[in-house]
Amino acid sequence: MERSQKQEQSAAETKEPKTGADLLVESLINEGVETLFGYPGGAALPIFDALYKAQNSFDQILARHEQGSIHAAEGYARVSGKPGVVVATSGPGATNLVTGIADAMIDSLPLIVITGQVAQGVIGTDAFQEVDVMGVTTPITKHNYQVRDVKDLPRIVKEAFHIATTGRPGPVLIDMPKDISAEVIEAEFQANVELDLPGYQPTTKPNPLQTKKLAEAIGNAKKPVLLTGAGILFAEASEQVREFAEKYSLPVASTLLGLGAFPGDHPLFMGMAGMHGTYTSNTALYECDLLINIGARFDDRLTGKLTSFAPNATVAHIDIDPAEIGKNVPTDIPIVGDAKEALTKLLTHDIKQPEHDEWLVQIHENKENYPLWFNTPDQEMIGQWVIKKVHEATKGNAIVTTDVGQHQMWTAQYYTFTQPDRWVSSGGLGTMGFGFPAAIGAQLAKPDDTVVAIVGDGGFQMTLQELSILQEKGLPVKVIIVNNQALGMVRQWQEAFYSERYSQSIFSIQPDFVKLAESYNIKGMQLKTQDEFIKALPEIFNYEGPVVVDARVLQQENVFPMIAPGSGINEMIGVKP
Amino acid sequence: MKRIITATVRNRSGVLNRVTSLLQRRQFNIESISVGRTETEGMSKMTFVVDVEDFQKLEQVTKQLNKQIDVIKVSDITDKAIVARELALIKIVSNSQLRAEIQGIIEPFRATIIDVSKDSLSIQVTGKPDKVEALIELLKPYGIKELARTGLTAFVRGHQPNTQDGSFQSLLG
Repeated sequence: MERSQKQEQSAAETKEPKTGADLLVESLINEGVETLFGYPGGAALPIFDALYKAQNSFDQILARHEQGSIHAAEGYARVSGKPGVVVATSGPGATNLVTGIADAMIDSLPLIVITGQVAQGVIGTDAFQEVDVMGVTTPITKHNYQVRDVKDLPRIVKEAFHIATTGRPGPVLIDMPKDISAEVIEAEFQANVELDLPGYQPTTKPNPLQTKKLAEAIGNAKKPVLLTGAGILFAEASEQVREFAEKYSLPVASTLLGLGAFPGDHPLFMGMAGMHGTYTSNTALYECDLLINIGARFDDRLTGKLTSFAPNATVAHIDIDPAEIGKNVPTDIPIVGDAKEALTKLLTHDIKQPEHDEWLVQIHENKENYPLWFNTPDQEMIGQWVIKKVHEATKGNAIVTTDVGQHQMWTAQYYTFTQPDRWVSSGGLGTMGFGFPAAIGAQLAKPDDTVVAIVGDGGFQMTLQELSILQEKGLPVKVIIVNNQALGMVRQWQEAFYSERYSQSIFSIQPDFVKLAESYNIKGMQLKTQDEFIKALPEIFNYEGPVVVDARVLQQENVFPMIAPGSGINEMIGVKP
Repeated sequence: MKRIITATVRNRSGVLNRVTSLLQRRQFNIESISVGRTETEGMSKMTFVVDVEDFQKLEQVTKQLNKQIDVIKVSDITDKAIVARELALIKIVSNSQLRAEIQGIIEPFRATIIDVSKDSLSIQVTGKPDKVEALIELLKPYGIKELARTGLTAFVRGHQPNTQDGSFQSLLG
């Protein structure tokens, strides 16, 4: 009896009329979406109903907070190169996504964000769970759409994917009023809709006159430096950049997000540059006579005081976004285009070898004399040491995500990235709570790889509710909490610039992270000494499931070297012990 | 420095918000902005007068505007041969004794009286901003009750001279 009822029900389901939401889902399938991060709610009910009907078409991940779903989508996008797709409801669902949208915008991550909206008839009346999502997200999306006519939907979805993934990638939002997603439609899905984007034609081919100019500048340089940014990763140009650097023996400095674009263990690599960059990289950027920036946006955390940044250099800047060229640093040789195309073109030019042996010797000496340093205590742990050990245990092959703060800088300094797309961090926006959900997205994109979320105790507490997903999806993410019971970077700045007035930066109360993990049926470990940590490493990384490690580190440790805010790149402190 | 920038945009909902929100976020000062439909269906033209510190800032304005998906074309037409006009409606205190005197003032400006009441007069003037400014100055002593200006709208002339004579510099004072 029960069975026949069920059969009748499913028969009825198949007879359900097709809706706008079904059309949306068909469009997503047509774009090759395999994984979708979502959180349902009133105005998104028709969309989630369509997703229910299409549950065999993609892996649907239910986060426990919309912010968790969007950071997971960012992590997914960062390591897979495919757009992360997020669905949330109107009002609070949409506003909970805002941090992630802004994060993806500033770090150029391709996302498709679909938000439910109240029905068109009540838009503008302050209806239940209504918010002006278009207004809120206009400055933090590459583009956004509100669907006004269901017929436009296939074109809008197609355009959204095109805009999100081409040129400089970024988030595109589609706001779906409930009446549109619930509208019954007759039309069959048309896969071959035309894009209608006359105002969007990103330049990918570099101007040959400019590449020639750069080739000449390289031949004449005495102190050239290559700065590698995340644009290289998006352009998948790591091989070309390596070939280019090796061909002309160009020393390489990296931005925070560019790590892995050039092998971190390469003899030409000088390390990360910027506020917590290496002495060698920062000094080279200060003294160079030719600076070739490939796919970096001259962020203030990299440049320091602009008047002291590469003051004597001819600046060449290769970027797919013309608005980045000349925005912060006056540029002599602007090259608008795709990094891979520009490098491929440069490799065909017959460039005179630069005569820069002295420069290479100086850089080599700086690397020898001013390496990154820390003092290891006898028994207790510090963040730098923990990250070095994680690097050793994973042989440098893990995908590593971080939150924001001291542990992030230490990871950038001590987890030597040798391959592209293994490093996932919130750079421009500096979003605490990013690292752990991003690791979930990364693990979903690369199920066979070791994924380590190195997080602070502060940031982890912002999004730890997503532990549910680990258990639910059986994801073996290793969470290493670098636990100094403080907001370490805030504490460090208060120590350095606010006479040790530790305002709201010390956590006197914390959860028992082991019990917390166990309450989600996840293995939890608290490790307090170096011996304990070393002993536990094989257990952590050989264990087939997820592990949450509460690694207790000393609170007073600081990130060095450092350029104080407002100082020049040549004014580093803490260069030597 | 003041510059005249025109943007051809798609006539889509929210496009004005996109543009003004961008200018506000990047801290570009807009002196005036005017928008209207064009000869092409679905396209609108915006004319901005912006006040920017230097050419680097100016370049950022045009580049950031160009990045907008709904923006088709951006031009800084300040240094081109252009025709530029704005319209102002000026309501001043007046009575029947003054009417002839005011008529005499506005005539050289080719302005017209478009509304009369017992104690006021409304004047319409069209022209370059400096001309509009000049008329407003002359009318100030009578007491301006209300003033509304459309902001500048402009396009390049059909024929561009080969040499820059800088004639338009006077346009924005």
